[in-house]
Amino acid sequence: METSKNLIKLLYRLGDNTLIYGQRLAEWCSNGPTLEEDVALTNISLDNFGQTRAIYSHLAEIENKGKTEDDYAFRRNERQFYNALIVERPNGHFGDTIARGFLFDAFQLHFYQELTKSNNEFLAGLAAKSLKEVQYHVRHSGEWVVRLGDGTDESKEKIQKSINDMWEFTGDMFATDSAIDKLTEEGVAPNYNLVKEKWTKTVEEVLYRATLKKPEDCYMQKGSLSGLHSEFLGHLLGDMQYLQRAYPDSEW
Amino acid sequence: MKESSQIKLSKDEIWAILDTIPDPEVPAISIVELGVVRKVTIEEDTVSIYITPTYSGCPATERFKQDIRDFLKINGILEVNIIMQYSPAWTTNWLTDEAKEKLREYGIAPPIDGTEDKGFLFQSGPKVVPCVKCNSENTDLSSQFGSTACKALYKCIDCLEPFEYFKCI
Repeated sequence: METSKNLIKLLYRLGDNTLIYGQRLAEWCSNGPTLEEDVALTNISLDNFGQTRAIYSHLAEIENKGKTEDDYAFRRNERQFYNALIVERPNGHFGDTIARGFLFDAFQLHFYQELTKSNNEFLAGLAAKSLKEVQYHVRHSGEWVVRLGDGTDESKEKIQKSINDMWEFTGDMFATDSAIDKLTEEGVAPNYNLVKEKWTKTVEEVLYRATLKKPEDCYMQKGSLSGLHSEFLGHLLGDMQYLQRAYPDSEW
Repeated sequence: MKESSQIKLSKDEIWAILDTIPDPEVPAISIVELGVVRKVTIEEDTVSIYITPTYSGCPATERFKQDIRDFLKINGILEVNIIMQYSPAWTTNWLTDEAKEKLREYGIAPPIDGTEDKGFLFQSGPKVVPCVKCNSENTDLSSQFGSTACKALYKCIDCLEPFEYFKCI
């Protein structure tokens, strides 16, 4: 019973991460700087929505309250979301999106890599599947960080600023609470310290290749695991949930 | 009155029917050839079909489900239980050589075996994807992401043909 309560918290965290990240990327649809980038960002968005659906369906089974995927996505308020703060950051300019994307994609890569070892069959399967997709995501964002960093003076200055601005939201990706800590002890959730170690190595490698500086350690924003968010999440939900709020239960 | 067994078809016959359902996004191959149908079981009055998505968010998955229901209905199976199975994760290794040839004829470069990139960040080595039109190996990756989740965009430098490549995962 206790384990399933903890597992529910972890599933909210994972599903909310991919949902909100997917929604942010979907905002690029028809607004990409080039057609190829428009297609790339929305493809990554789609992969994230797909992962979300798998997670929410499983969550619905475990919670066993007759909820559907849509209930989780469209009928919760911001304080009931547990996504990491970084994914709700606004898109900004293309470099901001790439900086946010790279820092989060690299987290997902190492998180899922560790999650494949979970003794929970669903989580291990989800991780193995998602990992194949995330490898493409991180290559996309990582190559852009290098191209912009090692590009013109202007692109370098801009991407360095984007990375710097995003930095204070990276600590929260690795946040845990008592529920998740318990799952880690039981071998269900990965060891977040290990994920952070691997993530740091990847980030350093890419920033080095991009001739960029790793930001100084700074105060890290926190609170997402208690449902505390920045002002941006409410606006995102307003957009995303409008239809279901205005016309409950409407279907295509 | 309910008959004891309403399923008049064998498992093999059901597989054969499924093999006539085209992939909605790449109609040159069937959903069986694509490898998304993983298992068929018949228990008493229930036919269960286990399917797996190619990519988590592949919109064609919904279409697979509807097509399976429709095709089986025509063949007298009114009720079918479709189960989504995420593990083991779909891989392009499940495409048969025959299916790959069909892809090429259709104008999509098939996945090249063993080219799953091991280095996740930067491509581990140069990958040659021959042009589907002129077979030249002088081609260039335009984008890792294409018109559907499973494809990348390439262009041929010799004949200038832009074409899609079925990504290896």
